[in-house]
Amino acid sequence: MRHIISLLIENESGALSRVAGLFSARGYNIESLNVAMTEDASLSRMTLVTNGSEQVVEQIVKQLNKLIDVVKLIEFAETTHIERELMMVKVKTSSSTRHEIRSLAEIFRGKILDVTATTYVIEVTGPSEKLDAFVAAIEPSTIIEVVRSGPTGISRGEKGLSV
Amino acid sequence: MELSGAQILVQSLKDEGVEYIFGYPGGAVLHLYDAIFQQDAVKHILVRHEQGATHAADGYARATGKPGVVLVTSGPGATNAVTGIATAYMDSIPMVIISGQVPSPVIGSDAFQEVDMVGITRPCVKHNFLVKDVTKLAETVKKAFYVATTGRPGPVVVDIPKDITDPNIKVPYKYPKKVVMRSYQPAVSGDKEQIKKAVELLLGARKPVIYSGGGVVLGEASAELIDFSKLLGFPVTNTLMGLGAYPATDKQFIGMLGMHGTYEANMAMHESDVIIAVGARFDDRVTGKLDMFCPYAKIIHIDIDPASIAKTVKVDVPIVGDVKNVLQHMISLLKDHKDYKNKPQKKALEAWWQQIAEWQAVDCLAFDRGSELIKPQYVIEQLYEVTKGNAYVTSDVGQHQMWAAQYYKFDKPRRWINSGGLGTMGFGLPAAIGVKLAFPDAEVACVTGEASIQMCIQELSTALQYKTPIKIINLNNRYMGMVRQWQEFSYESRYSHSYMDTIPEFVKLAEAYGHVGMRIDKPEQVRGALEEAFALKDRTVFLDIMTDRTENVYPMIEAGKGHHDMKLRVATGTTTDRELA
Repeated sequence: MRHIISLLIENESGALSRVAGLFSARGYNIESLNVAMTEDASLSRMTLVTNGSEQVVEQIVKQLNKLIDVVKLIEFAETTHIERELMMVKVKTSSSTRHEIRSLAEIFRGKILDVTATTYVIEVTGPSEKLDAFVAAIEPSTIIEVVRSGPTGISRGEKGLSV
Repeated sequence: MELSGAQILVQSLKDEGVEYIFGYPGGAVLHLYDAIFQQDAVKHILVRHEQGATHAADGYARATGKPGVVLVTSGPGATNAVTGIATAYMDSIPMVIISGQVPSPVIGSDAFQEVDMVGITRPCVKHNFLVKDVTKLAETVKKAFYVATTGRPGPVVVDIPKDITDPNIKVPYKYPKKVVMRSYQPAVSGDKEQIKKAVELLLGARKPVIYSGGGVVLGEASAELIDFSKLLGFPVTNTLMGLGAYPATDKQFIGMLGMHGTYEANMAMHESDVIIAVGARFDDRVTGKLDMFCPYAKIIHIDIDPASIAKTVKVDVPIVGDVKNVLQHMISLLKDHKDYKNKPQKKALEAWWQQIAEWQAVDCLAFDRGSELIKPQYVIEQLYEVTKGNAYVTSDVGQHQMWAAQYYKFDKPRRWINSGGLGTMGFGLPAAIGVKLAFPDAEVACVTGEASIQMCIQELSTALQYKTPIKIINLNNRYMGMVRQWQEFSYESRYSHSYMDTIPEFVKLAEAYGHVGMRIDKPEQVRGALEEAFALKDRTVFLDIMTDRTENVYPMIEAGKGHHDMKLRVATGTTTDRELA
């Protein structure tokens, strides 16, 4: 089963490799991982998506918590959080396909970020499945490049992951 | 007080109460060695190989409970220390390893003797630090000791670039009394409701077993474990790492469990209805095949590390906390419990002990006492008698390690010093030096074999330099015994590279290193030789004991089998020496 884990980690050199190393050393799956600073410069926020049985995910959470630099961690349950991923897609265009691609982007509330005579760069943001659906809707032969950030998440309501 | 980085490190170690540093100098740590030269408070032990430094510090830590401290240079000095760091990590031993690093400006340039020590050790340390600012050095050292010694202990590496220790750059020094880390707060007391649940389960148990491990030794909870076991009257089995935490000579002790555990301990685990694991981690050498492990038992697990709980075996009552604290809590709950006095399961327990007595009658540790060859088990028995059970016994890895664990009856914690988790050959000799430095008046024996001892034999020189008279019991069977045993059982006796055609004359070798060497060929010489060796109080003695080449360690649970499916000794010996030759 797919699980999304978000954590706050001390913004020290090597913090990312501690997390990445844990996954490779213990043979855990990692689908995506992203990391960036927070409003507090001493902390980084990392969000990772993993796959595994309940037992494996329980171990992943425990092992992550055991890392000395990890300050706080949350495993998002399906219903209580908001998840967003950003994607940019570069597609080949021709005069006959331009209109169709533009309306497709509109349906997905995408934005066209860059236009050349023969290409579009389209930005789409949303839950991962929405991005999957967008890619699936485009004629494969027209796709030049797809870049995805991997999902990030935040919990709903007043609760938050903070020190 | 303004000090250089080198002085700050040495002063920090002193303020931390460090007695010994085990180390080896080199380019990146020259400033540090100069600072060490100019003081007497912290004594430096010069080893002959960095692996020896880590094992000696490890032995010191296991025997005393205090953190072991290691100092190595960058590059090869650092990589040589990795085996010892991993050894300490697997057995949760508190150590602080200071490694030199090339100067900050050249890090990453493949400089001479540069290696990414923080990267290399990341998977085998509790934590590691790269010091980037001399004003943070004292605080980093404090953090290293704090992390290494609290919670589930473990090794911590502090990598220090050479420029940080520059004698010309001085900064104010103050060693912090306390350090608080927002990201690291180990649990102490266990969850009260879970402890209550555990007590109810224990009082209702009909076939209980107390399964205790190295956590009891590390957590200084031996006295509590004894009280707890006595209150309940339950059988106690120890893991390899837990030996001594419960006295082996006590009648409630049913021996070690696991791959080479006793028949009674493993059978009791298999048939049990309630198991309480105290500071043990369900290692694969203990559990055997997981889906056959304790099929009828409800399991209570006390461990300070939440990640140890339910890692491989499902647990019914998990209790995260310090074993000493949790056991104390359980003891007081037990004493106040309404069912404690009338013992509802008294009859069932009597029947359980009856059953255990039947398993004990199998006498699984019996061996051929009439043999003309020296039986290794006999040597350990004699060692036990000659030292009156009071020695610190270190070991290497293999058959001799298992025999020492089976036949030396450890009654006190911290007396049995071995590499259980990583299984590091070469551990025993340097570890014995570390133990002897900590307890100069105690008897220290290193039980080893002719293969293991050669992995760190150079430390014989260290033993002479620092006058650490230890007794090396070399069970010499001219084989890598455990490898040979597995080849006999699983590879139709194809002994692939498990013996050595050229083995040194250890007596001469010991003498060359300035020690006493003795060779023992016959069973009747064993007792006298041991007595003579231990009478030589101020000498290291190497006893090269020619043992039966074909002897195997029994009982044994072979790979993929359950606790109830043990290989026991059949009659005496399986093959003869002649057949093997």
